[in-house]
Amino acid sequence: MIRFENVSVSFKQKKGNIHAVDNVSLSIGKGQIYGLVGASGAGKSTLLRTINLLERPTSGKVFVDGKLINGLKGEELRKHRRNIGMIFQHFNLASSKTVRQNVEFPLKAANVPKAQISKRVEELLELVGLSDKSEVYPSQLSGGQKQRVGIARALANNASILLCDEATSALDPETTTSILNLLAGINKKYGITIIIITHEIDVVKAICTEMAVMNAGRVVEQGKVIDIISNPQNPFTKNLISHSDNYNLPDYVVEQFGGDSIVRITYFGEEATNPVLSEAIRTFNVNISILHGKIDYISHSPVGTLIVSIKGDPKDVQNAIDYIKNKTLRVEVGVNEFQYAGGT
Amino acid sequence: MNFNMQEALKTSLFETFYMVGFSLVISVIAGGILGLILYLTTSKLFFKNAIINQIFGVVVNILRSIPFIILLVLLLPVTKLIVGTTIGPKAVVVPLTVTAIAFYARLAQAAFAKVDNGVLEAAHACGAHPLKIIFSILIPEALFGLVNGITVTTISLIGYSAMAGTVGGGGLGDLAIRYGYQRYETEVMFVCVAILVVIVQLIQLIGDSTAKKVNKESE
Repeated sequence: MIRFENVSVSFKQKKGNIHAVDNVSLSIGKGQIYGLVGASGAGKSTLLRTINLLERPTSGKVFVDGKLINGLKGEELRKHRRNIGMIFQHFNLASSKTVRQNVEFPLKAANVPKAQISKRVEELLELVGLSDKSEVYPSQLSGGQKQRVGIARALANNASILLCDEATSALDPETTTSILNLLAGINKKYGITIIIITHEIDVVKAICTEMAVMNAGRVVEQGKVIDIISNPQNPFTKNLISHSDNYNLPDYVVEQFGGDSIVRITYFGEEATNPVLSEAIRTFNVNISILHGKIDYISHSPVGTLIVSIKGDPKDVQNAIDYIKNKTLRVEVGVNEFQYAGGT
Repeated sequence: MNFNMQEALKTSLFETFYMVGFSLVISVIAGGILGLILYLTTSKLFFKNAIINQIFGVVVNILRSIPFIILLVLLLPVTKLIVGTTIGPKAVVVPLTVTAIAFYARLAQAAFAKVDNGVLEAAHACGAHPLKIIFSILIPEALFGLVNGITVTTISLIGYSAMAGTVGGGGLGDLAIRYGYQRYETEVMFVCVAILVVIVQLIQLIGDSTAKKVNKESE
C-alpha cells in the first residue's frame, strides 16, 4: 500500500518557489490499478516520482507498505527502488543495448546470479510477447514494442509496484489498448499495484478502479472511477471529462427542439433495464424524442448517456423530469448545462 | 639535395606517430576521466557539486586558453622533471598531452551531457548503483560522441605536433618547416604536407566508420 501524508514538493526557481505538489494526502491500496489524472503541469508526475524518490518531498511523508521512505539513502534506497518498476512516456531504453541487455540491466544491478538472469529474461520477454526480438536494438522496434521492453525491464526484479508515467501518451490508440491490456493482465496475474499517470481520461476509464484528479499541485477529487466519471463534483474534473466525451448536438437540432427542452440523462447500466422513459411518457403525457445516446464501459460497468428533448405542458415536463431524476443517476436540464457554448 | 629525403621522411613520420600516439593514449584516458568528472558534477542525477565542477572547469579553461607554442615553453621544467629531457619527440609528448587532455575533457563532457537523462533516470529507478550506471549505461550511450572526440583530438594533435620543431621535437611538420621553408626545398614541404593530408583523411575515415559501428541509435 502507498500512502501520501501532506506531501509537498517545491522547486526553487529564479522567480520564487514553484509548488509542484501542494499538500497531497492520498492512499493507494495494494493490487489496485490507480489512475492519477490532470492536465500537464498539474504535479501528477512529480507526485508519482516521490514513490521511488526520483523526486524528494519537500515536506510530508510517503509510506510504501507501511514504511516511511522519505529519508532512504544509498543501498537502502536502491533496494527500495528494485521493488518498484517504472515505465515512461518515451520508453527510456538504452539505445546502445539490445532488448535482452536492456532487460538484463536491472537484474545485473541487483546482483542476480548469472545462471538465473538468462532464464528470467526469457520469462519476461515471453510475458510481453517479444521473445523473438531479444537480439534487436531499440531503434528497430515500434513504439508499442519499446514500451513492452520497458515493461519487461520494470518487472525484472519482481516489483510489487509499477509506476506508469504517461506510458501510453506517445502511442497510437490501437497500441495504447494493447499496452493497457498487457498492464491489466499483469495486474491480474501478479497482483502488482499499478499507478497510471495520464492526461487521457479514456486510459483511466479503460483499466483503473480508483482515481484521483490533480489540478495545480492539489488533489481536487478522488474515489472510485465509476463514481467520479459518472458524477464528477469538481468543476475541473467536469471539464476534464467533458473534453473526452464532448458530444455536441448540431446547432440546427438545438434550434429545432429549443435548448431549454433538451435534457441529458446519465444512468448506470443496471438502470437501463427499467423502462424509465416510457413510464414517464405514459404517466405525465409528455413527448420524448431521443437525440443522442451512448454507453461507456467504465471499470467494466456500463454507464449510459441519453440526450432527449421533452415537450408538453410545462408542469407535466417538470414532473417527468423529477420522475426521471429519481430513477437515474443524473439529469441535466437545458442544453447549456452540459454543452459548452460555441460548439465543438 | 644533400640529404636522403626518404630516410628523413621515414624518421619524421615515426616521430609524428610517436608524439601523437603517446599523447593520444594518455589524453583520451585522462581527458575522458576529467570530462566524466566535469559531467558528473553538473548532473543532478549523479554528484552535482558546483565547487568541484568550478575547480576542474577553471583548470581546463586555463590550459585551453594558453597558446600551444607558449605552453611548450612554459612546461619545459615540468617536461624535464617527467621525461628527463627538454628536446626531442619524447619531450614534446608532455605539453602535447597536457593540451590534449584539456581538449578531450571538454569533448568528452559534451558527449556525456548528450546522453538522454530519461535513460539514466530509468537506470536509477531500477535501483542500480551509480557506478554501475556510469559504466553500463552512461559510457556506452556516450560512445558515439567519445569516439568522434577521439578523431577530432587526434587530428588536432597532428597539427600541434608540427610546432614540435621549436624544441627540436622533429616530426613531419618540423621537417616541412626546416627543409621545405627555411632551406627553400619546396618539394620536401609538398611531400610532407601531402603525407599529412593523407594521414588526416585516413584518421577521419577510420574515426567515422568506428563511430558508425558503435552507434545503434539509427540502424
